[in-house]
Amino acid sequence: MKRIISVLMENAPGALSRIVGVFSQRGYNVDSLCVAATDDKSLSRLTITTQADDKVIEQITKQVNKLIDVLKVTDLTDGNHVERELMLIKVATRSELVRAEVNRNVDIFRAQIIDVDLNNYTIQVTGTSDKLDAFANVLSQSTEIIEASRTGICGLARGDKALRP
Amino acid sequence: MEMMSGAAMVVRTLKDLGVKHVFGYPGGAVLDIYDALYAQEDVEHILVRHEQGAAHMADGYARSTGTTGTVLVTSGPGATNTLTGIATAYMDSIPMVVLSGQVPSMHIGEDAFQETDMVGCSRPVVKHSFLVKRAVDIPEAIAKAYYIANTGRPGPVVVDLPKDIVNVLEEHPYQFPEDVTMRSYNPTLKGHSKQIKKAAKVLLEAKRPILYVGGGAIAAEASELVTELAERLNLPVTSTLMGLGAFSGVHAQSLGMLGMHGTLESNKAMHNADCILALGARFDDRVTNNVEKFCPHATIIHVDIDPASISKTIAVHVPVVGSVEQVTKQLLDQIGKIDSEKQKAKLLDWWDQIKQWRGRDCLNYKKADNVIKPQEVIQSVYKHTQGDAYVSSDVGQHQMFAALYYPFAKPRRWINSGGLGTMGFGLPAAMGVQMAHPEATSVVITGDGSIQMNIQELSTCLQYKLPIKIISLNNRALGMVRQWQDMNYKSRYSSSYMDSMPDFVKLAEAYGHIGIRVDHPDELDAAMERCFAEKERLVFMDIQIDQNEHVYPMQIKFGAMDDMRLSKTERT
Ligand SMILES: Cc1ncc(C[n+]2csc(CCOP(=O)(O)OP(=O)(O)O)c2C)c(N)n1
Repeated sequence: MKRIISVLMENAPGALSRIVGVFSQRGYNVDSLCVAATDDKSLSRLTITTQADDKVIEQITKQVNKLIDVLKVTDLTDGNHVERELMLIKVATRSELVRAEVNRNVDIFRAQIIDVDLNNYTIQVTGTSDKLDAFANVLSQSTEIIEASRTGICGLARGDKALRP
Repeated sequence: MEMMSGAAMVVRTLKDLGVKHVFGYPGGAVLDIYDALYAQEDVEHILVRHEQGAAHMADGYARSTGTTGTVLVTSGPGATNTLTGIATAYMDSIPMVVLSGQVPSMHIGEDAFQETDMVGCSRPVVKHSFLVKRAVDIPEAIAKAYYIANTGRPGPVVVDLPKDIVNVLEEHPYQFPEDVTMRSYNPTLKGHSKQIKKAAKVLLEAKRPILYVGGGAIAAEASELVTELAERLNLPVTSTLMGLGAFSGVHAQSLGMLGMHGTLESNKAMHNADCILALGARFDDRVTNNVEKFCPHATIIHVDIDPASISKTIAVHVPVVGSVEQVTKQLLDQIGKIDSEKQKAKLLDWWDQIKQWRGRDCLNYKKADNVIKPQEVIQSVYKHTQGDAYVSSDVGQHQMFAALYYPFAKPRRWINSGGLGTMGFGLPAAMGVQMAHPEATSVVITGDGSIQMNIQELSTCLQYKLPIKIISLNNRALGMVRQWQDMNYKSRYSSSYMDSMPDFVKLAEAYGHIGIRVDHPDELDAAMERCFAEKERLVFMDIQIDQNEHVYPMQIKFGAMDDMRLSKTERT
């Protein structure tokens, strides 16, 4: 089952490699990982997506929590939450027909064209991972996908719940 | 503010933290620190012969005292040589700080001479690590390292020190951090009161309870409280390999060790218990045997300072996160005064049953006229040390014989590599013990294989006049490997014998010590007498023992806790 784990940790050198180490050392897989400093620059917020059953997820959260640099860990999938992923996708636009079809899908998915070149468009789209998959799939039916890059899921709990130091 | 070099700060911080001994070996990246050590007498440096030895010495020092052991090594090979020692400490939750030299900051990442990424190499086997970037940060990094190493679930911490920041020619203001706090690190010590109530209720209702004590009870200095709890509730007590001595092995309620080579009564009582109180033990695979068949009747209460240890291998019913010391105190308060006669009566049938298992006398063995049995050697050591020595052990059959035939009445007396099972641990560990307790008897129980893994430290023993007693059970084989080959590989002894064994007596003498060889059972007692009468010098006892002896009892693979072989021909 897909799990989204959110981690608040010190923005310190080596902290990220320790988290990744917990996963590789204990044989857990990482589907995606999204990390950056928070509004408080001394802290980093990290979102990890993984596939695991309840027992494994309990171990993962405990092992991550045990790291000295980690302040808080929560399994977002436990409760109501919002999750988003961002994708940049570059597609070939060699004919007017293709351009029109791409434009139409960009509208439908509320994506944005952020770079235009003679032969291609670069499009930005945000949403759930499913939406991103669907968008890529639709585009691939009318044109060639040249390359794509995804951020991995980042998420927050709904309502008053928050990871604060 | 006082001005000093980074190197002087390292030494000064150690002094201000109360560190008395550092085990180490010099090299290019730490020459500045060694120079700073030269100029003072507060911190004594013990020069080892191999950096692995330094780590095990610091480890033995820590295990026997409860204080943090300290290691100082140079970059590259010096640092990597400590990794086995660090991993050994990590697996057994032993507080240790390793100060490693590093190439100058501006050369990090250039594959400079003797550069290794020590923080990276050690990452999976440390509790935490620091790469210090500025000289002024040295005191805080080192103080934090000691704080982390010896609080919560203890463990090793690496502090990597680039050469440029310890340069003796540059001075910086020194400030000792009086108080170390970290917002991201606050171990839970007190148990949750709701869980304590639940645990007490289960314990009081139990008809067939057992207390299962591990190394966490020793780390938390909880022996007295654990004993009080066991006595108040009249509980039978079994101990892990790491917990031996936390509850006296000669106490009437002690069932001895449990697990793979545990006693019949321990494993039987565990398997049949209706309530297991685990105090600072972690249900590892050398205890549980097949987890599917583990203790089917028991309600399990698990007390551990590390939440990640709880329900890792065995799902428990009443988890309590906290230190064994605090939680046991809370349990005693919660239980309060009870009618001890009534409690005794309630457990009468249970104790009767245990007496029956004990009656099997599973540690009984047959002595022989012409060959020494390993068990009788351990019993002889027990007799000649009045059961009051610090006993360090290597890894193999001799380790299990020591654990089974030398009952420890006090905590911190049994020093062994339980989690990692590191051959070569024994001698350096016993040296750390002897440094910490100069007046005590420090014994090593070892084998002909293990002792050769760090034998170079005999030279260090001479330099520091450590009168260690080495009891080597020489079976001319890697006995434990051979035992498994007997049992599972039709006695095909693939690389488990030792050809070209050195003359250990001459070897001991070459290093400036006393060597005694014992061949015959009749000579054993007198030789031991001689060995332990020698107060000033190291004695190496090369004791020729029966090569064919196996360690029993032994759990049968894939079985329940109490599925055991009791001898080569008998099983439960
Ligand atoms: C460093 C290391 N290498 C290998 C092993 C695997 N091993 C476990 S016990 C053992 C044999 C130990 O032989 P010895 O020290 O002579 O003790 P004995 O079993 O004969 O008492 C070996 C090779 C180990 N535990 N540690």
